[in-house]
Amino acid sequence: MTSRIAYIASNTFREAVRDRVLYNLIAFALLLSGAAIFVGQISIDIERLVVVNLGLAAVSLFGTVIAIFIGIGLVSKEIEKRTLYTVLSRPVRRWEFIIGKFFGLAGTLVVNTFFMAIGVFAALLYVAHKFSRPDALILIALYFIILEFLMICALALLFSSFSTPLLSAVFAFSLFVIGSFADDLRAFAELSHGFTHWVAAAAAYLVPNFSALNVISAVAHQQPVGAQLVLSNTLYALLYTTVALSGAVLIFERRNLK
Amino acid sequence: MAAIEILDLEKTYLVGFWCKRPKRALQPLRLTIEEGEIFGFLGPNGAGKTTTLKILMGLVFPTAGTARILGREWTDPEVKAQIGFLPEQPYFYDYLTAHELLDYFGQLSGVPARERKRRVEEVLSLVGLTDIKGLQLRRFSKGMLQRIGIAQAILHNPRLVFLDEPMSGLDPLGRREVRDLIAQLKQDGKTVFFSTHILSDAEALCDRVAIIHKGELRGVGAVDDLTSSVVGKIEVIWQGTQIPASIKALGAECHVSGDNVRAVISDNQQDAIIDALRRERVRLISITPLRTSLETYFVEKLQHSQTTAGKRA
Ligand SMILES: Nc1ncnc2c1ncn2[C@@H]1O[C@H](COP(=O)(O)OP(=O)(O)O)[C@@H](O)[C@H]1O
Ligand SMILES: [Mg+2]
Repeated sequence: MTSRIAYIASNTFREAVRDRVLYNLIAFALLLSGAAIFVGQISIDIERLVVVNLGLAAVSLFGTVIAIFIGIGLVSKEIEKRTLYTVLSRPVRRWEFIIGKFFGLAGTLVVNTFFMAIGVFAALLYVAHKFSRPDALILIALYFIILEFLMICALALLFSSFSTPLLSAVFAFSLFVIGSFADDLRAFAELSHGFTHWVAAAAAYLVPNFSALNVISAVAHQQPVGAQLVLSNTLYALLYTTVALSGAVLIFERRNLK
Repeated sequence: MAAIEILDLEKTYLVGFWCKRPKRALQPLRLTIEEGEIFGFLGPNGAGKTTTLKILMGLVFPTAGTARILGREWTDPEVKAQIGFLPEQPYFYDYLTAHELLDYFGQLSGVPARERKRRVEEVLSLVGLTDIKGLQLRRFSKGMLQRIGIAQAILHNPRLVFLDEPMSGLDPLGRREVRDLIAQLKQDGKTVFFSTHILSDAEALCDRVAIIHKGELRGVGAVDDLTSSVVGKIEVIWQGTQIPASIKALGAECHVSGDNVRAVISDNQQDAIIDALRRERVRLISITPLRTSLETYFVEKLQHSQTTAGKRA
């Protein structure tokens, strides 16, 4: 059972690599080194701030785009091209397929993020000439970014299990944008009354809360991140991912293939 | 033990925007395939063959009915380790090479690592694919994909093989090879269930056939039994410009063209017409089967339904 999930995951990873997904790293490296050289010339005070802010924002954005664009096709493309026929006619359970796909994509993103993280630290070293203790906080920000990726992967898979790639992309991007403003949505729900209150509150708790996962600016300003937040974010992301994946499995288990 | 028992499987697709109109693809189908036989599932395009196979593979869900495969419930995942499936017009991960694809499928089917490599080479040479190392499947022709499809269906040494239109997309030599391969599978003690709309493929191979049309079963049995009541046609050509009376008497339709006479006659009259021609001392040029008895039977079965449907309308 677990071995089949691992085989499916590694094949998914292989597909991403062969589809040249990791080439985004080149764009990332160009962007970051350009920025580092640029701020290195104009200022001596804010260069660390800029590199960390920009670097982590780029890690998050690049990864999100990859997660959504691969994620939305993971199931629907296999149904469309009928590559699934010869997989599901083997002793592969449908849920194993979904979970394998999830881990394959998540693995791709972790590897991608790992290389990007090296880039961020290299740029930091370039502008600051040495690492200082608060730089370790960047690792926490990166960890939160990966948690965010897990949730996005699971959501993209969920949409991919019942909808077309185009609609899935629209859903996933909308959720990503709304989720990034989840705190504001919650605040709005608190302030509003009656029907609006219930709708806003329901939406606020349904969409993924990416606000809490975003500590980029705090880390750039070398503010500490509490252990409490690490724990609650971890639990929240794992729970959200599990629920979204269960939804994907439930839908896919009942689906007639084309 | 029966290899496959299809117990009143039926399928109605819902087609159209918002899934409204029901479309009947398969009437309740009851069919038993014995272990060790080659069973041909025949029908014209759109008859419901692929639908039946997809239901049996668990790819689509039936509207009603059940099936048993190798003595187990057909949805039992353990059954899947013992069956192989070639889909119609198969398509595979095009970023993989044939070796990588088969290795991956071997993993999924639980073929142990030490056997996999050997087994992949074995099936590739069995389907006649050589010199393809390092070539991604996106570069494969339709015929090569069909061969890969057959290779992956028998890779894990299954007891029962389902093939949906196995000869399609192949040239005459390829069809021949696939025929031999299917016969070999039977020799190895496997059960083969294959669909086709090409009767000659079935006639040459099958122990038994079923004929399905518009989702409805029209006949099942050994080819000889099914065709005992119908006769095929042969075409006989000889040199001459006259039509001898003795030949007309046999009920042949004759035409003179140039120096030759062409006659079409029932295949059970073959000996009689040869004897007659010998007595007439004419030079025989050729005898060709026009329509085998299975084809005649098949056409009869399909036409039968059309006339009854026509009467009702
Ligand atoms: N996914 C589907 N949705 C709606 N109708 C379908 C679908 N698949 C097949 N059909 C219809 O069901 C009938 C049987 O199709 P099929 O099983 O593919 O026939 P065959 O394989 O014998 O050519 C056809 O009329 C076809 O149009
Ligand atoms: Mg078909």
